[in-house]
Amino acid sequence: MKKLFIIATLVLFTSGFVGLAFAEDTVKVGAVFSVTGRASFLGDPEKKTAVMLADEINKAGGVNGKKLELIVYDDEGDATKTNLAVKKLMTQDKVCVVIGPSLSGNSLAVVPLAEQFKTPLVSCAASYKIVTGDDGKQRQWVFKVPQSDSMAAEAIFDHMKKKGISKIAIITGTTGFGKSGQSELVRLAPQYGIEIVADESYGPQDTDMTAQLTKIKGLAPQAIVNWSIGPTQVTVLRNFRDLGMRGDIVFYQSHGFGSKKNIELAAGAAEGVYTPLGACATPDALPADHPQKKVAMEYNQAYTALYNEPVSTFGGHAWDALGLAVDALKAVGCDREKIREYLENKKGFVGQHGVFNFSADDHNGLTWQDAFNMIVVKNGDWAMAD
Amino acid sequence: MGVVSSPPSLFMLKLKMEKISLASQLLQYLITGLTVGSIYAMVAIGFNIIYNVTEIINLAQGEFVMLGGLIMVFLHVAAGLPIFLAFPLTIIVVTLVGMLLDRLAIRPIRQPSVLTLIIATIAASIIIKGIAMFIWGKDPFDLPAFSGRSPIDFFGAVIQPQYFWVIGFLIVTVVLLTLFFEKTIIGKAMSACADNPDAASLVGINVKQMILLSFSLSAAIGAVAGIILTPIALMDYNRGAMLAVKGFGAVVLGGLGSFPGAILGGLVLGTIESFGAGLIHSGYKDAFALIVLLAVLFIKPSGLLGSVEITKIKKF
Repeated sequence: MKKLFIIATLVLFTSGFVGLAFAEDTVKVGAVFSVTGRASFLGDPEKKTAVMLADEINKAGGVNGKKLELIVYDDEGDATKTNLAVKKLMTQDKVCVVIGPSLSGNSLAVVPLAEQFKTPLVSCAASYKIVTGDDGKQRQWVFKVPQSDSMAAEAIFDHMKKKGISKIAIITGTTGFGKSGQSELVRLAPQYGIEIVADESYGPQDTDMTAQLTKIKGLAPQAIVNWSIGPTQVTVLRNFRDLGMRGDIVFYQSHGFGSKKNIELAAGAAEGVYTPLGACATPDALPADHPQKKVAMEYNQAYTALYNEPVSTFGGHAWDALGLAVDALKAVGCDREKIREYLENKKGFVGQHGVFNFSADDHNGLTWQDAFNMIVVKNGDWAMAD
Repeated sequence: MGVVSSPPSLFMLKLKMEKISLASQLLQYLITGLTVGSIYAMVAIGFNIIYNVTEIINLAQGEFVMLGGLIMVFLHVAAGLPIFLAFPLTIIVVTLVGMLLDRLAIRPIRQPSVLTLIIATIAASIIIKGIAMFIWGKDPFDLPAFSGRSPIDFFGAVIQPQYFWVIGFLIVTVVLLTLFFEKTIIGKAMSACADNPDAASLVGINVKQMILLSFSLSAAIGAVAGIILTPIALMDYNRGAMLAVKGFGAVVLGGLGSFPGAILGGLVLGTIESFGAGLIHSGYKDAFALIVLLAVLFIKPSGLLGSVEITKIKKF
């Protein structure tokens, strides 16, 4: 019996070594997402997307014949855990590139690690501060794939200008997302010759926004921009309809509106609402010659088939981050400095949220024209706005 | 009039530009405020029923509201039960949850002090919220309005038909509760427990049963609030806590333990929020309510309709 035990241990050990030796032939990419915790609505679809994409890549032959090994850690939305996870990926797991984290705050917390360990980091969070240092220059080792909030504001204002709208009201949530939107809208409005006559807000748990909208109704703007995430943005839309404001006032939603569930919840009130969305949110609405039509359709079909749930725009960020990382690995191999250089000069990467063109001055690689399509809700579905 | 003619004329000019008159706007703020306030009032009544019998502030009160909304959505929308069946069934299920809360979280605690019991309700609220998240997920749910969604025009203000249901149910609840506490033996027994639990048990009232009943009653009222709120504001697993905070604000404003105070407190809180958001700035909406609450507490620490004598006797 004892002999058997020793043999078993030996076999286990040697197979372990074989496994290790085998592992040498993989290409490692690290990922940190907020899979659980307060930001799980970001991290959960991101992880699912990254795992799915990694499987697809391995089935198609991996990275230049080597197996892609994706190591995913959950930061639970916590900055300290993010820090530990990223450090572990960079120093112990020795990954070639790190994708994530999901949250802007957590991404900012690990920016110094990317610089310290000279490892490229492709963040899945939106804040422009992640890639732009205090000196206004792009951080050497850090990239990000989501659009900045300012781009959504520009897409909305540009559309307004085309429609001859110059007097608007804004109503934003008091969440981080809503506040960022509010400040970008106020900052950019003068550049487009747009006057903001009312600047209202509401809490993420509020039950009724009729008071704010009544005030706006009294000021008679030509359009309203509603900027928040979660169910309250739908309540605003329903109150708007009930107050009989539809028809007189054009309604714009932020890019936080990009889920068909919201159209459903609005119970008809979303009809005719404009919203700037990334391609992956509305693959069916894209015209056939749209550069992202193919990737968006494929991603949506594969994801829905595998997980039996609709694609979230946040999952698209993980697709873009991992896609870019693998693209770089295929081109230059696992050399961190070369990957950084490659990413910085990458042009024309067709992703879920735009066609990315990076440069030394732009580690986000997007303009609002690339990143957003102006979508209108028509017959309970997304359609391209004219 | 002639002396101050210029500012009023400017004001009139501004009014002319507006599409909705100031009077209609004020009316709209009032209607909205009263509707939201009715919900706060119902949560506040739920707080008071349990508080009066046990002196516990049941911090899981908001979860009853959330459960009411979500279970109603499940029974009416997902399972397709007609509204007159789904409605009582929802109330029964949530009432059972309220009873379980008493049996599993409150009664088993050895040598209970009011503070430990309150902490137990916090734990219960977290557990209920977690279970609701597992069952329904994180997405919000909608419930069809009871009598359609065509808004009614009322002197330039707009009333959703659901508003009538909300205010109507508050009135019905208040009438039924008053009858219960004034006219029935059980109701009187409950009031007796509230006054003096030791004396009540001496005259043969089963205090434990009364506590169970108080949890059932406030769960049922919470369920009603959730059911009538969902068509207006949607419902998700995370809604409970904020409603509990607002309801508690209404309780404190009106005076702990006072039913008329709870109703007044709820309606005043809702109306202040609505007028504050509309006339001054929506960013400080919650601040206005808190300022009024603090001001009332400074002037009359027992709340608008609370009695100072009772406050002195209570442990909490």
